[in-house]
Amino acid sequence: MELFQHLVFGFSVALSVQNLLYCLAGCLLGTLIGVLPGIGPLATIAMLTPITFSISPVGALIMLAGIYYGAQYGGSTTAILVNLPGETSAVVTCLDGYPMARNGRAGPALGIAAIGSFFAGTVCTLVIALFGPAVAELALEFGPAEYFSLMLMGLVAAAMLAQGDMVKSLAMVVMGLLLGTVGTDVNSGWRRFSFDVAELADGIGFVVLAVGVFALGEIMANLGDSKKDGVFVAKVGSLFPTRDDLKRSSGPIIRGTLIGAFFGVLPGTGPSIASFSSYMVEKKVSKDPSRFGRGAIEGVAGPESANNADAQCKFIPMLTLGIPASGTMALMLGALMIHGIAPGPTVMTQRPDLFWGLIVSMWIGNLMLLVLNLPLIGLWTSLLKVPYRMLFPAIIVFSCIGIYSVQSNAFDLYLTAFFGVLGFLWMKLACPPAPMLLGFVLGPMMEENLRRAMLMSRGDPMVFVAEPISLGFILATVLIVIVMMLPALRKRRVAITDK
Amino acid sequence: MKLALRNNKDFWAGMMFLWTGAGAMFVARHYPFGTTLSMGPGYYPMVLGGMLILFGLVITFRGLRRNEKMQGPWSLRALIVLPLSIVAFGILMKPAGFIPALAVLVFVSAASGREFRFKEVLLLAVFLIVLSVGLFIWGLGLPYPLIQTG
Repeated sequence: MELFQHLVFGFSVALSVQNLLYCLAGCLLGTLIGVLPGIGPLATIAMLTPITFSISPVGALIMLAGIYYGAQYGGSTTAILVNLPGETSAVVTCLDGYPMARNGRAGPALGIAAIGSFFAGTVCTLVIALFGPAVAELALEFGPAEYFSLMLMGLVAAAMLAQGDMVKSLAMVVMGLLLGTVGTDVNSGWRRFSFDVAELADGIGFVVLAVGVFALGEIMANLGDSKKDGVFVAKVGSLFPTRDDLKRSSGPIIRGTLIGAFFGVLPGTGPSIASFSSYMVEKKVSKDPSRFGRGAIEGVAGPESANNADAQCKFIPMLTLGIPASGTMALMLGALMIHGIAPGPTVMTQRPDLFWGLIVSMWIGNLMLLVLNLPLIGLWTSLLKVPYRMLFPAIIVFSCIGIYSVQSNAFDLYLTAFFGVLGFLWMKLACPPAPMLLGFVLGPMMEENLRRAMLMSRGDPMVFVAEPISLGFILATVLIVIVMMLPALRKRRVAITDK
Repeated sequence: MKLALRNNKDFWAGMMFLWTGAGAMFVARHYPFGTTLSMGPGYYPMVLGGMLILFGLVITFRGLRRNEKMQGPWSLRALIVLPLSIVAFGILMKPAGFIPALAVLVFVSAASGREFRFKEVLLLAVFLIVLSVGLFIWGLGLPYPLIQTG
């Protein structure tokens, strides 16, 4: 009954004209930029975050969430139509989506992707509404030791399960933690790593870091790559899946949703793991596995649902614990903090409008994607014909205005340029930047909780294993490290991420 | 040996972590360290710097053993010109105003690509300036003068 009241309250927030408009704008903007080749969801959100600073926190978060799943949806559109995955999770969509497009069935592929995503979104909205409050209630009991251990677990898990090299991911987390220490130390007032630059006294702006590393770094890498231009765009045709398509897809959609929701609540598991697992499951249960890779609709329906379920459930740790489970969530958390909202379990009690409004608006956003985006698909695909040489200056322009608008400060732009070069180098050295962003956002909170825990335990580091909840997190962290080091899993992981 | 290292991605990644960690510890050496009970502002950065050095050593060592190469082509031009365009935008915003700064940004950033067609870039610049003025200055009400005079 309480759940029902919460959802009604959420609807009352999300259905206000303003918030509906923010949701719509977010979905459209997200899809718009998500379909553009060579710019992923992280870069998209980073670039558009400053726009949301001038609106209310609820509206801002609703819009950012809209951008997030819009961008993801746009990414799968390009995966299906031009075999260009906008992000890693869409790689799996390419496997069967693109062959479907080549067979002249791009429409049904896009249609089933949207339907599957909508179903997954609906289920996950309910999952968040059901379990969110319970998790938050538990988290209210957490002291500094528990928080420190929880963050440690989140960061280690994110690094171990992210794409690419585990050791480098962990090193990048530490790099992010270190970047997070730049600026005035809240406890002592000491200015750390500010090199007497007044603009660095408040630390590095997270939009500066994110836009520099993700948007700029990506563009620089693309400019070196000569294969980006000239793509084959498939004809879309009718969007409606046939009755046979629907029959084949219903099982994969349900299984994909469950798989995605499961991986979604685990910290650190990227959406690519969810969508890849779903693909493997569908291939296993299929009567005729040889159809996969040649345009089987199950291979689109399952992973797309898993992908969306995972993306949506990632909001649970972010909203209830204040722990981002992915780079995107780190951006959302950063946006919350800029709006002056302290992330953590108190968000739900102190800002119920934000929590429930956001959850319900996610469902509305998914509905919008289904009913608005599908008819607009012709428009989106025409964007694919814009050559990259015209596209990237536009991205640079919006990024620069966005960054400048935060503080009207030219120094932020210089810093962005610097992080762009750094981001490019990281990419070339195969150092994954997303774990760095997690470390950067969590760094100051982690230090604060570490200091407090040490003060309360009179300097005894055993406090982290003495408290049962904290011990649980520490054990889980150790377990994750051990499991990921197992040779068999290691091999499989390489196979998944190298796909 | 020298030639073999040139494209060794793990070697250079390790070096990057190593020297970042060492640099951080060097800069933080005068920050009050405090004790584990009551940590000073230097405690946390020192520990992190040390961790980075350790990671750097492991990755460098692995790079020497495996010698995996960096992937994909580089565009030195993009690496230099693109950041320059952003710096130029930052420098020009206050003394010149929104429109001139944007024009320079579009032209210089477009010049960082492989192809530069003057007419196309001119059209793009006009389009982006009109769009930005409409969206950011009139729409969102950002308080920047369009062109700074005097």
